[in-house]
Amino acid sequence: MTENITLTIDGQQVSVEQGTTLLKAAQEIGKDIPTICFHEATTSNALCRICVVEVEGQRLLQPACIVKAAPDMKVQTRSERVMRARKTILEMLASTMDLSDAPAILTMMDEYGARAERFPDAERREVEVKDDNPMYVRDYSKCLLCWRCVQVCASDAQYTFAINFNGRGYETQIGTFFDKSIPETTCVLCGQCVAVCPTGALKPKREFLLEQGMSPNEISVMNTGRKRRKT
Amino acid sequence: MIKPDRIVTTTCPYCGVGCNLQLHVKDDFIFKVTSPFDSPVNHGNLCVKGRFGYDYIYHPKRVTTPLVRRYLLEGKPKPEGREQVFAVSKDGKPIEHSQISNLWDWVETDWGTALNITADKLVEIYQRDGSDAMAVYCCAKATNEDNYLLQKMYRAIFRTNNVDHCTRLCHAGSVVALQQAVGSSAMSNTASQVIQNDVFIVTGSNTSENHPIIALQMKEAVEKHGAKMIVVDPRRIDLVDFAELWLPLKPGTNVPLFSAMAHVIVKEGLVNNEFIANRTEGYQEFVESLEKFTPEYAEKISGVPAEDIRKAARLYAKARNGAIYWGMGISQLSHGTASALTLIHLAFLTGHIGREGTGLNPLRGQNNVQGASDMGAMPYHYPGYMRVDNEDNAKKWETAWRVEPGGLSRKLGLTTTEILSHAHEGGVRALYIMGENPMMSEPNLNVTREHMKELEFIVAQDIFINESGAFADVFLPATPFAEKEGTFSNTDRRVQRVRQAQTPRGQSRPDWQIICDLALRLELRLKRATVKWDYSDPEEILREMASVNTDYAGITYQRIEKVGLQYPVPTMDHPGTPTLFKESFPRGRGKFIPVDYVPVKEEPDDEYPFILTTGRLLEHWHGGTMTRHSALNEIYPEARVEIHPADAELHGIRNGDPVKVQSRRGEIVVRATVTEKTTVGVVFIPWHFAEAAGNLLTNDALDPQALIPEFKACAVQVFPARENELAHPDVMLQRGRY
Repeated sequence: MTENITLTIDGQQVSVEQGTTLLKAAQEIGKDIPTICFHEATTSNALCRICVVEVEGQRLLQPACIVKAAPDMKVQTRSERVMRARKTILEMLASTMDLSDAPAILTMMDEYGARAERFPDAERREVEVKDDNPMYVRDYSKCLLCWRCVQVCASDAQYTFAINFNGRGYETQIGTFFDKSIPETTCVLCGQCVAVCPTGALKPKREFLLEQGMSPNEISVMNTGRKRRKT
Repeated sequence: MIKPDRIVTTTCPYCGVGCNLQLHVKDDFIFKVTSPFDSPVNHGNLCVKGRFGYDYIYHPKRVTTPLVRRYLLEGKPKPEGREQVFAVSKDGKPIEHSQISNLWDWVETDWGTALNITADKLVEIYQRDGSDAMAVYCCAKATNEDNYLLQKMYRAIFRTNNVDHCTRLCHAGSVVALQQAVGSSAMSNTASQVIQNDVFIVTGSNTSENHPIIALQMKEAVEKHGAKMIVVDPRRIDLVDFAELWLPLKPGTNVPLFSAMAHVIVKEGLVNNEFIANRTEGYQEFVESLEKFTPEYAEKISGVPAEDIRKAARLYAKARNGAIYWGMGISQLSHGTASALTLIHLAFLTGHIGREGTGLNPLRGQNNVQGASDMGAMPYHYPGYMRVDNEDNAKKWETAWRVEPGGLSRKLGLTTTEILSHAHEGGVRALYIMGENPMMSEPNLNVTREHMKELEFIVAQDIFINESGAFADVFLPATPFAEKEGTFSNTDRRVQRVRQAQTPRGQSRPDWQIICDLALRLELRLKRATVKWDYSDPEEILREMASVNTDYAGITYQRIEKVGLQYPVPTMDHPGTPTLFKESFPRGRGKFIPVDYVPVKEEPDDEYPFILTTGRLLEHWHGGTMTRHSALNEIYPEARVEIHPADAELHGIRNGDPVKVQSRRGEIVVRATVTEKTTVGVVFIPWHFAEAAGNLLTNDALDPQALIPEFKACAVQVFPARENELAHPDVMLQRGRY
């Protein structure tokens, strides 16, 4: 038997099982804390920080997706400091990446009054679309580095380990080892990564082609050609 | 961003795992496939086939108009020399450059003409040569409803039990063994229970490629739940990376290896006496039969060190929850039944059955091979595994189908392999093939080809003209999974819904509608009426079947609207049965059936020094009718033969070189993959590729009880060949994972 823990979230008492995250505890009393990198099917790593909350007695804001509820904790999910942090996170995201395929984040920006133009001098991450296999395309201009794709490729689902973070700091990008094309890696093309991508950076090839204006008929005849051996 | 018009929840048409799919449809076109993360079967995970491999339904070569041969349309006598024809005549004009008579040309027609011609010919042959001349291949890819109706058509109208499907080529050995020893032939436990095992054996199954989602759960069991996996396989398959022990046995030596494990378990006193006493029979004789199967004896035959056999036996026997998962490497042998029995013995000795996280788990290949078997698409059984030679069973179905008493045949029918070997004057004359491809899936295809030519009349009901359909007289265009309603039953007996996502292309029709339409025309000609063929929807078909087959009695479409039910579901309020045999076995006590070691029928010799074993690839499916018409073919476009580096060096073969692989029955030219994935003396060929069909080489020796062919071991020779001997020298396979 695990013992229950009682804590206070936005002035309301809630009792949860030991080991419950603040995110889940808040959900139990109907308080939705916004998330971006969090996914039910992947391990949480608190990368995006959009879920931060203020915990009394803690110097720093705490990411609700990984911080566990503790006895008598006092949590504020929408304090001024929290709201300002979330707004800034959204503005920084919007200044460096293409959010056009992430409607949930765009809605969040409206809600928090985040202005995409707050950091006019920020350098946008613009990368060419990688279209190197017949199943899915990778547009890392739309990638916010949430890590979900890397995790499902690794031990959250597939145990294939075909992709990881490449580079450091601002240059960090998801990629294959030695930047090889997808078919040349250990990738099994299961598309688990596509399924968990929150921003449309990874996309099924046929959806991509449809967006490019090709008709279903044109797409259907595309896949009948064979790749030829280079002579 | 594309906003879907609708998202349709359905079941994957590929393997037996039965993953839940969501098809995202825009303008009647599926542009994306996802899976719900709370799905009980696959937890949101899919493989490349399930997520991306559905595009064959849009392939330009898909046939969506009924076709008949010109001779039939013009009412001319059948010309000589049946040959494969893949091309369809344009606007009825003769096919240019046809090597044979233009009377064999495929000509487009309407449904009325095609079905009338089919009905006329089938009735003519039936009235002339009787029931024994009629035979049908049902289809493990089609729905339960489709299969139920097709076997009903042949049993109720043509009064024959010559009904079978590809289960014969797949798990027949396991089915017979389980029927004999246990009395039921499905997976005893739920696949996702693998995380509850603490020791499990995977044998004869390259799970990562053939049941990819179950393999993920196996890896999870090892990595996150501390389970220990024992892999028994002649190939160093992907799962070996996660295994505690790998026993690389010589193909076809399962019996001595697993009997030796049983020997160790008995000799070291690791048996579960209580289970043996309460739940089994025949133990004493069985123990006597084990005497000769010492680990040292097994080592001599299988090549696996005796010490490893001992380790494996101890691990499995001492487990709290042990389980066995197996595939075709057990059943596709001329002693497939014996081979499966040795696994059953291990479970009986240790009592690793009848509880959650244990079990005897044959991993069924096709999306609906379990269902097609349940539906009676087999020559000895009505739906629900009711023997056809049992008077009570026959009477039940006579009542259900309103056939006059004594009308249904009590004679056991012919199996898949027998149907073709009986294709001659006085034998089988007409063959109806729904969705199967014997010209790829039978062993020793050169002989199969001659049998196909011997047939008088062939109906193909499919979505493409595949290697078998190319021999047919009539082609009836059916719809694929995304254009019909129905149910599939997956490998762990879960009955799940299949739903229509888009309108049928061209004139194609769901299989069940084609069968009903044809059946009515047949009955009109025979001036005979059974019930019934005017169903308003597929659920009515399922309910009719479930009225006699009690395993399905409590299943309605409404009950499986969101989550499938695992049969037996005997009543409307029964929650389904995730784990079988908790109290007893269907036959009462589990029966130990002593077996002896019989070697494979063709062992390597000086002339043919290699053992060829065949199998499948992640990217392809069986005869390739679907996957070779998909983008999947781009990522794996050619057959390869795997050969061990030591053997390759000896024969002067480098990676990528063209080689000729030859057996006593045929030869193919393919590129070599030099890899330690195979073992010394063993070569491996995937059998999906028509231009280099592995089954031209395989041996058509049969298991005497299950009549399953020996796909997993035959003798071959490998020689260097020239580039221009390859079917497609310019095709490129460039993959990192192989």
